[in-house]
Amino acid sequence: MPSDLEVKVNGLQVAVPLGATVAVAVVMAGQACRLSVDGSPRGPLCGMGICFECRVAIDGVPHVRSCQVLCQQGMEIASQK
Amino acid sequence: MNREELTTKDPSRDLTREDLTSELPREAERRFDVLVIGAGPAGMAAAACAAERGLRVGLVDDNPAIGGQIWRGQSDGEPNPDASKWVQRVRQSGAIVLCGWRVVYQPEPGLLLAENVNGFCELKYDKLVLAAGARERFLPFPGWTLPNVMGAGGLQALVKCGLPIRGKRVVVAGTGPLLLAVADYLRRHGAEVPVICEQASWSSLAEFGLALVRWPAKIAQGITLKRSLSGIPLSANSWPLAAHGNQILESVTLSRAGKVEDIPCEYLACGFHLVPNTELPLLLGCAVCKGYVQVDEFQQTTISSVFCAGEPTSIGGLDLALVEGQIAGLAAAGRAPEARSLFGQRNKARSFAHLLDRTFRLRSELRTLSQPKTVVCRCEDVSYSRLQQHTSWRSAKLHTRCGMGPCQGRICGPATQFLFKWNPDSVRPPVFPARVATLAGAASQLEVQHSVVTGGH
Repeated sequence: MPSDLEVKVNGLQVAVPLGATVAVAVVMAGQACRLSVDGSPRGPLCGMGICFECRVAIDGVPHVRSCQVLCQQGMEIASQK
Repeated sequence: MNREELTTKDPSRDLTREDLTSELPREAERRFDVLVIGAGPAGMAAAACAAERGLRVGLVDDNPAIGGQIWRGQSDGEPNPDASKWVQRVRQSGAIVLCGWRVVYQPEPGLLLAENVNGFCELKYDKLVLAAGARERFLPFPGWTLPNVMGAGGLQALVKCGLPIRGKRVVVAGTGPLLLAVADYLRRHGAEVPVICEQASWSSLAEFGLALVRWPAKIAQGITLKRSLSGIPLSANSWPLAAHGNQILESVTLSRAGKVEDIPCEYLACGFHLVPNTELPLLLGCAVCKGYVQVDEFQQTTISSVFCAGEPTSIGGLDLALVEGQIAGLAAAGRAPEARSLFGQRNKARSFAHLLDRTFRLRSELRTLSQPKTVVCRCEDVSYSRLQQHTSWRSAKLHTRCGMGPCQGRICGPATQFLFKWNPDSVRPPVFPARVATLAGAASQLEVQHSVVTGGH
C-alpha cells in the first residue's frame, strides 16, 4: 500500500498506509482499542465488524468499530473507556 | 462522475471506500425488485445475476468495500482473478452498491432499515436475498482477551487492511482450512509462522486430503498451499492452552500433540472454523435447522419472498457460495429454468461442505480450555465460573448479562453452545446495535405513512 497518512492514537503520532482502517492504526500504535467492563485492555478480534471489541472514539465520536472505518489524515483516535 | 469532486466536498464521505455509493440513496432509488444483503461472493453472484436480467437490484454491505472476507483488500498487490471477474460483473450489471450500510431492523415485510455513519435509510424490496456469510468460532482459554490475540481471519483482515506483518512472529491455531490459508498469506507477507496448531487428528486430516481428489480445483489449491507451507510445521492434535502478556500478548502455551510448549510471539491468530450468520434470517422469521437457514432447491427460505445463499445455509466455502448465489439471484429474478441448470454444480460443491464438517468437528478436550476465571462473554466480562451456575442460555443472560452486550452473543453464543450445549433463543430487533435516532426516525416515518393511508385515502 503506497503513501502514508498520519493519525493520532491516544496522542501518539502514527503513520499508516493509505487505505488502512483505524483498527490497524491502533494496533500499530500498540494501544488498546477499549477498556472492558472490568478495565482490561482489548484489541480487535474478528476484524469484520461483528465482535465490537475494537470500539474506539474517533474525533470525539464514541463507540465506533475501528475495523470498519478508514483512516483519514489528522484523525484523532482514542481508546474507548 | 468525478470521484475527487465528490470526496473533497464533504470529508465525512471519505469514511468508506465506496464513496460514490455510500451516500444516502435518493428516495426513489430505495425501492428494489431484488435486494441483496451481504456483498461477499454469494451476494455478488446473486446481485449480478438478477441485475443482468434487467431487474432493479441493490447490494448492501456493512464493510467499506464489496468482496466479503475472502476477497477483502484487493488493493494489497495480489488481486485475485476470480474476485476481479465478479467485481467487474457486479459493476457492469447495473446493481446499485451500498457499502458501509448495515441492516438493523425490518419494521414491516418488504421494508428494511439500514444505518451508516451519517444516518439511516429505508430499503424496500419485492424479493430479498440474504447472503450474510459466516464468522469465526472463538473458544475461550486463559488470556484470549489480550490485545493481539485475534481470529485467524481477523488478523488476515487487518493485514489486508494495511497492518505491517513483516518480521512479526505469529502462531496460527484452532481448526479448519482457513488456518492454512491464513498461515500461507501471512508468510507470503513476511511473517514468521513457527507453527500451525490444528485440533483435528492426523487421521481425519488424512481422510480430508484423500477426499480432496474429488475436487480437482481444490487439490490444485491444496498442492500450491502445501508447497508454500513447506517449512511451517503443521501440528495435528494441537491447540492453545493459554496466552500470556502484560497488557498485550507476549507468548502462548500450546498443547502440541500431547506435549506442552511455550512460544514467544507477537500475534496469536486463532479461530475454530466458522459459524453461519443467521441473525437476520431469524429476525425475518426464516426457519433455521441445526444452525443453518433452511432453503429449498431454489435457495428459497420458508418465507417465500426471501432467499438465502452461501455460508448461512452450510459452511461450504467459495465454490458453493458462488453457485448458491447465482441460483438465488436467478430464482429471485423469476428465472427458474436458468437456476435449475446450476443444480448439478451445487450438489458437487455441497458434498465438500459435508467433508469440512466431518473433518473439523471440535474435539471434546477443548471444553476444558476455559478455567473458572476465564472471560467467556467479552462484552460484559462474564467468567466461566459464573456461567457454570446456569442451565440455559436464557438463564445465563438474565442473571449474568452474558450475550447482552453490543455483539449480542455473536461471539459467546457459539462458544457457550459448545461449552454448555446451550441453544440460543430468538433474535430480537435491532439485529445490530442501532442509534436511537434510527429507530425513532423509522417509527415516526411509519406513523406518517400510516396516518396518510388511514386519514386521507
